[in-house]
Amino acid sequence: MASAHPNDIEFRSVTKAYGAVTAVRNINLAVPKGSFLALLGPSGCGKTTCLRMIGGFEQPSEGSVLIDGREMNGVPAYRRPVNMVFQHYALFPHFNVEQNVAYGLKQMRPRIDAREIDRRVQEALSMVRLDGFGKRRTHEMSGGQQQRVALARAIVNRPSVLLLDEPLAALDKKLRSAMQIELQTLQRELGITFVLVTHDQEEALSMADQVCVMSAGRIRQLGSPQEVYDRPADLFVADFVGKINRLNGRLEPGGQMLRLADGTALATSGEHSLPAGPVIAALRPEAIRLSRQETGPNGLRGTVTHRIFLGSGVEYAVTVAGLGDFLVTADRGQGSEADLAAPGDAVTLSFDPAAVHLFSPSEAA
Amino acid sequence: MVITQEFRKKLVTLALIGPAGLWLFVFLVLPFIAILVFAFGKRAPEGGYQAAFTIEQFANLGSRAAAFVNTLMLAPAGAIACLLIAYPVAYYLAVKAHPRHRLLLVSLVVVPFWTSLLVRTYAWMYLLGARGIPHLLELIGIENVRLINTPGAVLLGIVYGYLPLMIMPIYVSLEKLDRRLLEASADLGARPVSTFFGITVPLSLPGVMTGMALVTILLLGEYLIPQLLGGGKVFFIGNALVDLFLQSRNWPFGSAIAVTLVAVVVVVLMVAMRIAWRFAGTRQVDLV
Repeated sequence: MASAHPNDIEFRSVTKAYGAVTAVRNINLAVPKGSFLALLGPSGCGKTTCLRMIGGFEQPSEGSVLIDGREMNGVPAYRRPVNMVFQHYALFPHFNVEQNVAYGLKQMRPRIDAREIDRRVQEALSMVRLDGFGKRRTHEMSGGQQQRVALARAIVNRPSVLLLDEPLAALDKKLRSAMQIELQTLQRELGITFVLVTHDQEEALSMADQVCVMSAGRIRQLGSPQEVYDRPADLFVADFVGKINRLNGRLEPGGQMLRLADGTALATSGEHSLPAGPVIAALRPEAIRLSRQETGPNGLRGTVTHRIFLGSGVEYAVTVAGLGDFLVTADRGQGSEADLAAPGDAVTLSFDPAAVHLFSPSEAA
Repeated sequence: MVITQEFRKKLVTLALIGPAGLWLFVFLVLPFIAILVFAFGKRAPEGGYQAAFTIEQFANLGSRAAAFVNTLMLAPAGAIACLLIAYPVAYYLAVKAHPRHRLLLVSLVVVPFWTSLLVRTYAWMYLLGARGIPHLLELIGIENVRLINTPGAVLLGIVYGYLPLMIMPIYVSLEKLDRRLLEASADLGARPVSTFFGITVPLSLPGVMTGMALVTILLLGEYLIPQLLGGGKVFFIGNALVDLFLQSRNWPFGSAIAVTLVAVVVVVLMVAMRIAWRFAGTRQVDLV
């Protein structure tokens, strides 16, 4: 199975259309061996269609999908060296846990010895920490346990790529973060490529080492979680991955100064290639400092309208006259309520020039 | 308070199931008790029932063995023939047919019910009779083909009449089948044939068992089709009963046969349920 090909998955100019609707448009993508890729985007962005084209449940209308360097067009799902963890798990209800996990092994030709099947099933179950659950019926298990059965069933065949379709969507918050760590561990242990589809940016950022942000059937940005978050390629990515404050303004000739709608001038980092003219500036809520004193450059005066206590931090809504509402997240300080600004307080918002992301208004989604 | 909460609950329960319960009691339980009593009685010299307590009628069942054999052979055979034809149709309707056409196609299955079974069976009587298909065969040189009044004719009538009752429950269970399970099976390396026999068939068994039980039980009491297409040569228990009650007026013997038939139905149903439970691995199987 092992080949010298560096990429497990490759998309070459892949387009998928359903009648008049184009779900995926001219996608080019290479997933290196052993990496953990997240396809991230809102529903209808084409991420699931991409996953299903890898799995063999859909065929591209144009272009080709390659697995391990081999072109897969026309190859049915049951002949592909990939396995999938389905959304809602799709466990076989008439089988118990062991029978579910053994299913893939029993399909192998030449046939595998029954004792060998049992050994591998137990091994897979213990990898997902379900030892002793083999005889259970799947509908008697909790959501998290069913999730593990689905995982065991998908890895028992030793696929070269594991596909995960919104695997954590049905779990509650606590279980979800536990499973995120487990999935990461599992991926490192197995050393195989994982491709995850999710609409949850936190899930994508926390687990994957490559994040592919998609919208309207196109790839908007492909990069490491830090790149995608800190240097979003466009306004859509900035908005979808994390929260932003949007400001309309004009870039002064020279590209160093941003003139906002109310006339305020802000310094920019100058690390952009936009021409002078109208631009949209994006600011992360955590990049804004909020203080009750008047402070230095890049400062905007405003009034706190809401304070949302999050436990680990505080979120403020601040209205700046002429510019609108800002969202600011801040530490909770020393823990005393007196440290926190209250609704009605006059505050100054300030930020580094480097924190201001500038985008051309034409690419606004 | 005179009317307690408890009492009110009982009143509601009574109002909900009372009418149906009363109806079944008067028109099913009481007659059945009467039949049981008759079965142990004697035929009055002028016909009808004469009080007695004897198992003479049951001892005499052997004289109607032909009716039992016909029924117990042709009813399951008919049900199995229905199943073999119905399953592919139900599979096509539920899995392969375009969703846009599905409703239309499913209603086509039910359309025959808009005409009485009697009328449709009469049509078959003519089709299979001397002036029907055999006459056409004669024209192309195949002579002396007898279709009417044969077990084959009865089987054909049975399949024709009961096919929709087999298609519908199987269609429902296949339609409910989660398509992702089929994808999961393919994903795990199962060829289409393995997926069909490993996933689709077992998960549609509740529908199959419902259809089999429905058709078999109705066929055990069938009267019309053997009467018209069997012409008195291929007769079912139902025909024997009509004969005994209305022609020879041997009510006790007729009752004994009826009681035996009910016993057979109960046994068949219990065995079918056991089989369904074993295959589906759960007790959530509804027969009938």
